[in-house]
Amino acid sequence: MDPVPLLETLGISKRFGGVQALEDVSVAVRHREIVGLVGDNGAGKSTLIKIISGALPPDAGTIMLEGRQVSIATPLDARGHGIETVYQDLALAPALDAAANLFLGREVVRPGGVASLLQWLDKREMRDRGRRMLESLHIRLSSVSTPVETLSGGQRQAVAVARALSWGTRLVIMDEPTAALGVAETAKVLELILRIKASGLSVIFISHNLPNVFRVVDRIVVLRLGRKVGDLSRTDATMEDVVRLMTGAEGGPSSRAPVP
Amino acid sequence: MLDPAAAATPAAAPGRVWRIEDLGSLWTLLILFAIVAVFSVITPRHSFLSTTNFRDTLLNTSEILVVALGETFVIVTAGIDLSVGAVLTFSSVAAALVMVQLSGTTAQEAAFEFPHEALGIPVGIAVGLAAGTAFGWVNGILTARLRMPSFIVTLGTTGIAAGGADLLTGGTNVPNVPTDLQTWVGAGNVLRVVPVPVFITLIAVVVCHLVLSATRFGRHTYAIGSNIEAARLAGVRVDRHLIRVYTIAGFLSATAGIIDLARFDTATIAGHATDNLTAIAAVVIGGTSLFGGAGTIIGTVIGTFIPAALANGFVIMGVQPFWSLVALGAIIILAVFIDQYRRAQRNWR
Repeated sequence: MDPVPLLETLGISKRFGGVQALEDVSVAVRHREIVGLVGDNGAGKSTLIKIISGALPPDAGTIMLEGRQVSIATPLDARGHGIETVYQDLALAPALDAAANLFLGREVVRPGGVASLLQWLDKREMRDRGRRMLESLHIRLSSVSTPVETLSGGQRQAVAVARALSWGTRLVIMDEPTAALGVAETAKVLELILRIKASGLSVIFISHNLPNVFRVVDRIVVLRLGRKVGDLSRTDATMEDVVRLMTGAEGGPSSRAPVP
Repeated sequence: MLDPAAAATPAAAPGRVWRIEDLGSLWTLLILFAIVAVFSVITPRHSFLSTTNFRDTLLNTSEILVVALGETFVIVTAGIDLSVGAVLTFSSVAAALVMVQLSGTTAQEAAFEFPHEALGIPVGIAVGLAAGTAFGWVNGILTARLRMPSFIVTLGTTGIAAGGADLLTGGTNVPNVPTDLQTWVGAGNVLRVVPVPVFITLIAVVVCHLVLSATRFGRHTYAIGSNIEAARLAGVRVDRHLIRVYTIAGFLSATAGIIDLARFDTATIAGHATDNLTAIAAVVIGGTSLFGGAGTIIGTVIGTFIPAALANGFVIMGVQPFWSLVALGAIIILAVFIDQYRRAQRNWR
């Protein structure tokens, strides 16, 4: 049993105008664990991971990393803690090529006095390392030098996933990674998720597709209307249980509490 | 993730040297060559191709090209800067007034004596550059921090800068500017051959090209223009970057203002009102997309010379100058059409 969780959110709350998106949500992710985060639309799943990934600040609550409280105020903070995220819309720059996207925000600069002052890009290094990143995940692109908008949806997904996996050192968060993919590509993504776990990282995996979730996760956290209504290990849960929790047929708040 | 068969795309089969995208940037160069070729043939005594004409065209195009360089950075971030002409004017006015103030008394200057111009000219230049850069900075702050649309912001600063210039000069050109500025800079030559303004423009082109194409700053510029949220999430300091981009545009507009002052020995109040549209046209013709994320400095250079060569050729041929306006309008539409077409081809999936 893992005594100190890798990541723990304690009492996270977030409000947008008149809507309480998250209310007192506490979730723990252990080392080498795949956690499936499920819930109906508007449950707060994306909000929670945006808070963990530094894209949004919480109104209340703390985040603990390896037992120590940390502040994740920006995406850079999250990256600094080894947390990488694959957003639902992939967050790729379509006009830039795969290599540029893989290194976005982390560009390799040529060494040496003048070059590093001007921040001269080492494009060849980024292309070579980019190719190796993709190859190590068995991702085949015809070229890392064409704009990613010329790639298919699956290929773009692959680039976004490769980016998170190659840079992540503790936790990889994936928001609906299989939503736009076909059967074969979905299987590849799930296989990748298992491989992430095997390499020592943990994964938070949001999906509407419960069968997919059940195929790979160790634990399932269910959100409903901004609150955590379920936290089950996969072996203890059935899909019916999860659906009941998601839709509120079994316990949990039956309506969103009005915000004064 | 993908098997090799699915990975082959028509635009980038491995080993192929030319890609569809390359054609896009090439066509502008071909059009320029075509214009040069046609005018070289049809102008009387082929005067279009003479070194004098070549030199004069370069000289006359230098200011607008410098402005267009700054505009390129802004448009690549998917913004737009309408204030470039007004900032040019304001900068040249500010520089001129300081030079006149510091270089001698009114009586001396009226007699073409400028005893303190060794102080007056450099300080004037510095003030002019600072003024334009400050306007650029304001554009950046309003656009980035206050999240206002750049079109609106720069429309506002256009009025402020143009009005400010009118206020400072009382609506007339600034007289009694030290003549040495014109002698050494405006009409001077580097290595006896290259006009100083052209030399300055060349340096600006090279620096801007290197920054945009080969540095982290340049890449972040493209990233912000392509998907600003993705850039933010990737840790790019988007607000700070945009402020810098607009500040650069302001600085370059100011540089063009100094060149203008040096060439004509006066700060002209009118005459730059449509420079913003000319610069934007140059950038667009050169292949930069108004939607951001794509475009090059080289493209802007070509895009600046296409209308310039056209106008120049028309003048030599004695064609009414209004025709070059018509031609310019047609070229802009053609350029945007081709850009759209290339994008559609690219996104066939």
